[in-house]
Amino acid sequence: MNLDDVTRRAVEAALEAGAADAEAWAEEGVSRRIRVYDGEVESLSDAGGRGVGVRAFVDGRSGYAFGTDLTDAGVVEVARSARDAAEAADPDEHGGLPDEFGTTQIEGLASSALSDWSTERKVELTLAVERAARERPGVTQVENAVYSDAEGNVALANSRGFAAGYDATQAWAYASAFAGEGSDLMTGMGVGLGRDPDALDPDAIGGEAAERALALVGARQPESRRCPVVLDAFVAASFIGFIGSMLSAEAVQRGRSLFADREGDEIADPALALGDDGTDPDGPASAPFDGEGSPSRRTRLIEGGRLLTFLFDVRTARRGGRSTTGNASRGSYRSPPSVGTTNLVLDPGEGTLEELFEQAGDGLYVTDVAGLHSGVNPVSGTFSVGASGRLIEGGEAAGPVRELTIASDLVSMLRTVRAVGAQTRWLPLGGSVKAPPILIGEMAVSGA
Amino acid sequence: MTLVDPALAARVLERSLSRGGDFAELYVEARHGFAISLDDGRVERPQGGRERGACLRVVVGESSYYGHVDGHAEEDLMRVAGSVVQAVRGEATEPAALRAPERGNGHPVRTRPETVDAARKADLLRACDEHARSLAAEVTQVRASYAESRREVEVFNSTGRAAADDRSRVRLAVQVVARRSDRVETGSDNRGGHAGWELVEDDPEAVAGKAARRALALLDAVDAPTGRLPVVVGNGFGGVLLHEAVGHGLEADAVQKRASVYAGRLDDRLAEPFVTAYDDGSRPGDWGSDGIDDEGTPTRRTTVIEDGRLVSYLYDGLRARKDGVESTGNGRRESFRHLPLPRMTNTFFAPDDATPEGLIGEIDRGLYAVSFGGGQVEPATGDFVFGVSEGYLIEGGKVTSPVRGATLVGNGLEALAGVDGIADDLEIGSGYCGKAGQSVPAGVGQPHVRIRQLTVGGTAA
Repeated sequence: MNLDDVTRRAVEAALEAGAADAEAWAEEGVSRRIRVYDGEVESLSDAGGRGVGVRAFVDGRSGYAFGTDLTDAGVVEVARSARDAAEAADPDEHGGLPDEFGTTQIEGLASSALSDWSTERKVELTLAVERAARERPGVTQVENAVYSDAEGNVALANSRGFAAGYDATQAWAYASAFAGEGSDLMTGMGVGLGRDPDALDPDAIGGEAAERALALVGARQPESRRCPVVLDAFVAASFIGFIGSMLSAEAVQRGRSLFADREGDEIADPALALGDDGTDPDGPASAPFDGEGSPSRRTRLIEGGRLLTFLFDVRTARRGGRSTTGNASRGSYRSPPSVGTTNLVLDPGEGTLEELFEQAGDGLYVTDVAGLHSGVNPVSGTFSVGASGRLIEGGEAAGPVRELTIASDLVSMLRTVRAVGAQTRWLPLGGSVKAPPILIGEMAVSGA
Repeated sequence: MTLVDPALAARVLERSLSRGGDFAELYVEARHGFAISLDDGRVERPQGGRERGACLRVVVGESSYYGHVDGHAEEDLMRVAGSVVQAVRGEATEPAALRAPERGNGHPVRTRPETVDAARKADLLRACDEHARSLAAEVTQVRASYAESRREVEVFNSTGRAAADDRSRVRLAVQVVARRSDRVETGSDNRGGHAGWELVEDDPEAVAGKAARRALALLDAVDAPTGRLPVVVGNGFGGVLLHEAVGHGLEADAVQKRASVYAGRLDDRLAEPFVTAYDDGSRPGDWGSDGIDDEGTPTRRTTVIEDGRLVSYLYDGLRARKDGVESTGNGRRESFRHLPLPRMTNTFFAPDDATPEGLIGEIDRGLYAVSFGGGQVEPATGDFVFGVSEGYLIEGGKVTSPVRGATLVGNGLEALAGVDGIADDLEIGSGYCGKAGQSVPAGVGQPHVRIRQLTVGGTAA
């Protein structure tokens, strides 16, 4: 069966099994991954996958099941299991399928150029990434250079008449380089992504890994202080990803977000503007419709420092008396939809990184954080995370530092943003995020 | 062998080596899972899944070529073998004839979780919700989740190995939110094992109670101190520090790439003579235990640190062949969609003869880190960071105020050398370990352990 037939058959079988409503999400795709080490292929894979997930609704209860057997018998069994699973749930007056469906036309989610690339050429590209990192003087090793791509089809159908699908491709590469030796060994990562390998620049990816490692060689633990902090785009993206997860209406309604009750409030410096955009053709998480068939869209979350809205799926929208923002997200056919961000986009400001350093005067430039997810209290927003980077002295980048923590709380951090950089880039950190570097007025830095 | 007929496996292996290769392996898996959660007082998201798939790999020198497929049919397996060998260039080699199947260590499963009604699993969660809310009016939210999985695994390889395993795991996790005026805090706890329904059926309220008490304690918490302090790390899940700061650096892939501070340190004294640590995937019923690893090697106990000296790394087959040693049974993978890597199973410090009270009693000013929210380590440098989810000040040899927002920052080698006391109360907790995009169940544990000094990054700067 093709995917459209699979989803239609699954919906039909769930209704036959006694479901009042049903929805089926099916995927199939192929992916490749190439890992090189020391000028040789370390591993190479070529893999196919397929599966279907069914949501069945019975008396206001919903159950979910998935399976990888896409024969008629296999699909029917998944549909029945979903219907049976629903028995164990409590009824939810806000649950159920969306009342309205639709798709947003987005060009360029799939690139035909991907299929023009032979495996040999992809291996060459991966080797070029490694070479670009290794060739920089001071780089002692390239731990990993990895290329990966995927092409897949998705189909969604439900018992209210929605049926649609789309194709998408992705290609990405990253490298992790070492500089220095022994206890002074430092690591750096470089990354690039796009719809096909033509979008990947091996010199830039390998070079970035090398430069990020080299910049930290000789790092020492700094003295504790309170000072301005510049977050580079990688680190800003990690924080923004975390903040985005706190703007989910699910987290808000369940009392797990520090932003609950803050809608309409000024929660950030007016320089800060943030949106969720499921329609940007360059955004890795873009798609014509979300995980339950609502059309994708752009949602402004923070503008002029003010929190405008949360992100909703159909269930949280009904509960909150709102409309969905098209943020029912699916990890894969293996899980039911739940509220999630698509692509978070932090609007660029003005100024180069050097200008942010100048504004900071004396402070800290953070290029890596560790333990963000364990170090932030999602409810109070207080955090203390491990970091490394460089000192900023007299408005310029100075000596490298490591083994320190930066601490604040998310609201204070957002309110004390002093400047947003101009150069944004896509980063696959904390979801899919497009972010520039940002300057925070003050944070607690703990070191020696 | 119930998933794939050995005669078919032999044909697939033969095809896999038809263009050369030093080693070929067929890994076959059938997975069944069920999960259900309770949030906001409501049982929701009951979900089940079934997957059948296979992973085929061919090793040529130091290169691995592999592919995976959803399905076990002859045409699925032959197609993936055909696609993998296309990347190999050489003369055909012959796999050895398959031997009789091996089964590794058994782990007792009294009641198969899939035979228990979903309604009883929902009731388990309701009992947790009720108990947590009964402890204090400040408990405002309870989130509980139950998950079970069964993985039937078969491994066939070109050395003639045929091995099988049947794994059942269950896990109950509870997270509690407590609120007092503007103060909102969370606490969590879990219980998991390679076991049946019996593990969670007995006193699930204990898990809810521990999560609630953690959240409630934090309501009275003071800001964490900052600076270098002696730290006593709690037993059980406190062992995540050993797991992250030492264990990952002992995994042979990192060692062989010299991406580990422990590379070249075999036989060196790294800790005080009373420090011994194991990785043990054979411990009956523990969360990180299996019968065989995901390459068919029986699980076993490996001493990694003996009387303070580093005595072994953790190996899968590929890295063991490179070092000319035997696999330690640590070749693990998330599923048939992944290549095996050297991974920890259950990793823990051996108990010594101190007591927790004794370790704490000798500290004038320090931190008692009972449990961590998680952590991260850079194996190449050994630098680590951990968020303390339940911690207390130690003042004048006594545990005093709870603290919030504490982070431990340090270096694995330094922390290991700084262990200056180990208690006698070993416990193993259950967690998920992520590496190279693969998540596997890992047991972490230890008795109470004292570290002379660590950098505590607090919020009270």
